[in-house]
Amino acid sequence: MTTAPQHTGPGVREVPPGPPTPTTQLPTPKRPFTQTLTRLLPLSPALILLLLFLAGPIAYCAYIAFTDLQLTGQAHSSFVGFANFRTAFKDSEFLNAVWLTLVFTVLSSLIGQNTIGLGLAALMQRASKPVRTLTGAIVITAWVLPEVVAGFLLYAFFRREGTLDAILVWLHLPSQNWLFTLPILAVSFANVWRGTAFSMLVYSAALNEIPKEITEAAEVDGASGWRRMWHITLPMIRRSIGTNLMLNTLQTLSVFGLIWVMTRGGPGNKSQTLPLYMYEQAFQNSMIGYATAVALLLLLVGSLFSVIYMRLLRTEV
Amino acid sequence: MPVRPTAARPHRTAVLTPLVALAALSLAATTLTACGSGSGSSPDTVKISFKQSTDNSIKVMDTYLADMKKQFEKQYPGKKVELVPIKAPDSEYYTKLQQMLRSPKTAPDLVYEDTFLINSDITSGYLKPLDAYLDKWPDWNQFIDTAKSAAKAEDGKTYGVPDGTDTRGLWFDKGIFKKAGLPANWQPKTWADVLAAARTIKQKVPNVTPLNVYTGKPAGEAATMQGFEMLLYGTNDGSTDPLYDKSSKKWIAGGQGFKDALSFVHTVYKEKLGPDVSDALDPNIQTYVAGELLPKGKLGIALDGSWLPQAWLKGSGHEWPDWSKELGLAYMPTQNGQAPGKVSMSGGWTWAIPAKAGNPDLAFDFIKTMQTKANAEKWYIANSGISVRKDVAADPAYATAQPGIKFFTDLVASTHYRPAYPAYPKVSTAIQEAMEGVTTGDMSVDKAASSYDDELKSATDNQVTEK
Repeated sequence: MTTAPQHTGPGVREVPPGPPTPTTQLPTPKRPFTQTLTRLLPLSPALILLLLFLAGPIAYCAYIAFTDLQLTGQAHSSFVGFANFRTAFKDSEFLNAVWLTLVFTVLSSLIGQNTIGLGLAALMQRASKPVRTLTGAIVITAWVLPEVVAGFLLYAFFRREGTLDAILVWLHLPSQNWLFTLPILAVSFANVWRGTAFSMLVYSAALNEIPKEITEAAEVDGASGWRRMWHITLPMIRRSIGTNLMLNTLQTLSVFGLIWVMTRGGPGNKSQTLPLYMYEQAFQNSMIGYATAVALLLLLVGSLFSVIYMRLLRTEV
Repeated sequence: MPVRPTAARPHRTAVLTPLVALAALSLAATTLTACGSGSGSSPDTVKISFKQSTDNSIKVMDTYLADMKKQFEKQYPGKKVELVPIKAPDSEYYTKLQQMLRSPKTAPDLVYEDTFLINSDITSGYLKPLDAYLDKWPDWNQFIDTAKSAAKAEDGKTYGVPDGTDTRGLWFDKGIFKKAGLPANWQPKTWADVLAAARTIKQKVPNVTPLNVYTGKPAGEAATMQGFEMLLYGTNDGSTDPLYDKSSKKWIAGGQGFKDALSFVHTVYKEKLGPDVSDALDPNIQTYVAGELLPKGKLGIALDGSWLPQAWLKGSGHEWPDWSKELGLAYMPTQNGQAPGKVSMSGGWTWAIPAKAGNPDLAFDFIKTMQTKANAEKWYIANSGISVRKDVAADPAYATAQPGIKFFTDLVASTHYRPAYPAYPKVSTAIQEAMEGVTTGDMSVDKAASSYDDELKSATDNQVTEK
């Protein structure tokens, strides 16, 4: 158990002062233009595809957001400037959707998936192999299930006379329809149930990377479990936390199928997050221009979260 | 910690930009031209787009169209029919179709259009007026007037030939009625009669839901059409459209009739005559009603559509061949029994010719083939549709093909089509929100009606009138 880290630890540290590798040694040479071109040629198909199928539609979307384009019901569309954005900020349903999106993201991604994922990963480090395999299998099954299937399972779990209700009745607690009384909590739970596996995998990998001797040294120095977690583990997996938070948040912001299947954004608009609001505007009300503007705003919320994470976790350990 | 090799990369953007731009241009050019050269429809081929069921076991439309293709190609030698199925649920079908209709390169010659959205597509300029063809087509006289108006635009021109419709009424459980001491040939005359029957059931037959009226946003258009509009169109004098004023081309703000209809919904849920509110606002309520409540004898009265028996066909999972023995049918009455005494709403689909179609004449010939009396009748029977043709409706072979078909066909005479103009989907959502407010009890009827008025203004760009 102790021999393996001793080999890898010093080995890794010896790399930087070792013999210089060609990439770090050579200054950027002035290559002739044709040579650069030839070298870039193999990259060009990928680049072209990216531009055509990724950047193209994004640019087109950004343009549409400033028009009053409709799917149907309109002979010509025209440029309307910021009108769509103004409409959005005046629309109480949009503001409600923004608020619910934030609640959903904080509850299910930031608090739920992230913390439970880390907890599970930490516990699994210490668990015996059968327990580890079993837990991993269960959590990952929830993750690999298609979104719609997961949505339906949780709908059956939360609905009136569903599984949860049966358990409550069995415990002599008052019966409750969670999808009706606390829909945003129910869909947040569903998202935690479904997405925790991802965080767990990321954190398991990160925890495995922590050199054993550091934790052992802290243990010898008498640091308690909590102190080790706070002062050693968390700082050392800081980068993984950042990456995981960012990926989780972006994924959660765009969750659609799960909520659609469970509550369709209802009752009323009590679980209508931005993606559902967008869908309603685009495909039920045919307002493509407006919905695209909302999509851009969602993008903004996403990038805001990313910037916050990057700022918070920028300092190197 | 291991150090990651993050050596600075040389700047290559200067070289990249022109290269990429050039390559993108050339690729775009080749892709686009490749797209363009192949299509271009032949003058002898009629291309037909239709909605294919997402359920692989349902081939009703495919089989019917294959038969029509055979007949057509025989009748018009040298002409070909190319079927272009679009396999998608409703909302995605509309989206795909609308995108195809935008360009002459992709527009088919004939499309299957829902009356729900046909007016929007007409406003978009996607469809061609058919009046010139209809004037010369004797069969058009066989279509009843209400059906003719289904695809008539605000400009007075007709853009589609309906291939049937649907109607709505009251379904009731004879077993529950017997237990409650209600007649087996029940026919309420007013809304009060409907509520009275529901109250009797609630009192005498516990553990069943007395009456279902779809409500709220989760039920979507079902709440608007099967629920609210079945009430609203039975208020006032019953002859004018209570939602839209054709002469001024404005939407009508919620008046007394609107409030009365909301009151009805409010009463149903306040007195617990309907399903539990949380069930009523479950997105799967329609499946629940047709698949569970009715077949299991747990629902007294259902305000629902003519297509329900489709859910009880062989191989559907809720097989119920004897439904007609256990369920009775009654017309939905007008509010106080005023003329014409009964209410029904209708939707349905039409065949339309895109404005950018290559072969419109041939496309209309295909409509004529589909709409011979024999072919139309074949279609109505195959898809449990309700005839909009007088000659078929009068044919005993059609009327006796399935139980209930005569009842729902008779309703066509007093049915209403929605004012399905471009703003309609938004108006419909506003109605659902008002219904939901009174269903949960979060809003009083007056409050819900006034919030509908506010929503209506923004949904219709202020094209609102008081009546």
